[in-house]
Amino acid sequence: MSKYLLDKFLYTVDRDPELVERYREDPAGTVAWWEAEMANRILNCTTDEKSTWLAFTEDERRALREHDHVALFEMGAHPFLTLTLFIACFERDHGPLEYQKAYGKAMEHLTLPYPDIAT
Amino acid sequence: MATVAAVIASTHHPFYYRASTATGKDRPPFADEWVSKIETFRETLTRAEPDVLVMVGSDHFHQLWLDNMPQFLVGKAPKFDANWYNEEREFGLPRMTLDGEEELAAHILRSGLDADFDLAFSNELRIDHSITCPIITLRPEADLPIVPIYTNIFAPPLPQPKRFVQLGKAIREMVEAWPEDKRVAIVGTGHLSLELGGPRQFGEHGPDPEFDRKAVEWIATGDIEGCLSEVSLESLHQPGNATHGFMDFMLMMGVAGEGQKADHVDSLDLFHTMEAYFTWYPEGAPA
Repeated sequence: MSKYLLDKFLYTVDRDPELVERYREDPAGTVAWWEAEMANRILNCTTDEKSTWLAFTEDERRALREHDHVALFEMGAHPFLTLTLFIACFERDHGPLEYQKAYGKAMEHLTLPYPDIAT
Repeated sequence: MATVAAVIASTHHPFYYRASTATGKDRPPFADEWVSKIETFRETLTRAEPDVLVMVGSDHFHQLWLDNMPQFLVGKAPKFDANWYNEEREFGLPRMTLDGEEELAAHILRSGLDADFDLAFSNELRIDHSITCPIITLRPEADLPIVPIYTNIFAPPLPQPKRFVQLGKAIREMVEAWPEDKRVAIVGTGHLSLELGGPRQFGEHGPDPEFDRKAVEWIATGDIEGCLSEVSLESLHQPGNATHGFMDFMLMMGVAGEGQKADHVDSLDLFHTMEAYFTWYPEGAPA
């Protein structure tokens, strides 16, 4: 399990307007492309100076592919990153605050302590 | 020597800018009361006649990232660009550029390191809404040079609450020891109880009104001891999963000092989170 890599996906997609649209429209393709091309990029280094070891588990790939924010929360992905990206992708399809409230309601079965988000 | 003209602690609500500038049917029903409270709060800074602002906030995964995460960082640069694409997208925040006060930043870095705070620094920092929200609410002219100080309340492992208080006390001492005849306001922003991305988010009130009531009391009365006796890294999960941002309020209590009652206290119960505003005048309230 790699909470860090989940967070890295959410972070790098959220900060790029084109990737936000791509992830909304084609999550499976975006996740496959991102894992192949971006997962091992060190963000403050040149593209040749890559890491060699970062990969998703199949559960993580599935959660990202299926836009499953509840599973991401349960895996310990950083809730701020997930929420921010998912609002960017889906708020537009709903009335004011409707998406945010439904997002919380989908998690109402979860109780404290929440999953650890430390990376 | 420099004078601490005001100590100000506030929540930083990214929706204020949009709510306060909206008109007609887009204007939320709570906007007028919110604007009125903010304008009163703003006057507490204006009356202090500051020359420089030390601004304590926390980057929300904008520039600071998990491959290289500082616990406490001082921005030392002649300029700070501000606000990010995703803040423009979600909150409608405007892009800004603020001047930096490099001499005070260098002084805080040197004296902080010498006082056993291993402060990180950045010479090219794009600041986010934790610092621009109080610029928008308290100094919308954005005409004063700043020293931004970022804390990690966001990416565990986090420093202990007492460390935030200790750093606040040290910042107060360092500013007072700055050998310039300048009036410095120390402004910091955090949260009361808050849930983001979890089941308790976006409710009718903040996720834990009882915590909020106690927190306002601790801050307003300068009850650092009482606050530290009840607050821990573990306990802050209970009021809401983003409540560790309260530690920036604890830092500001350290700046204001043990037992120091705030000269201005106000709050506003909004959906999702409670707003809270505090001002102290260490040299007495201005006329």
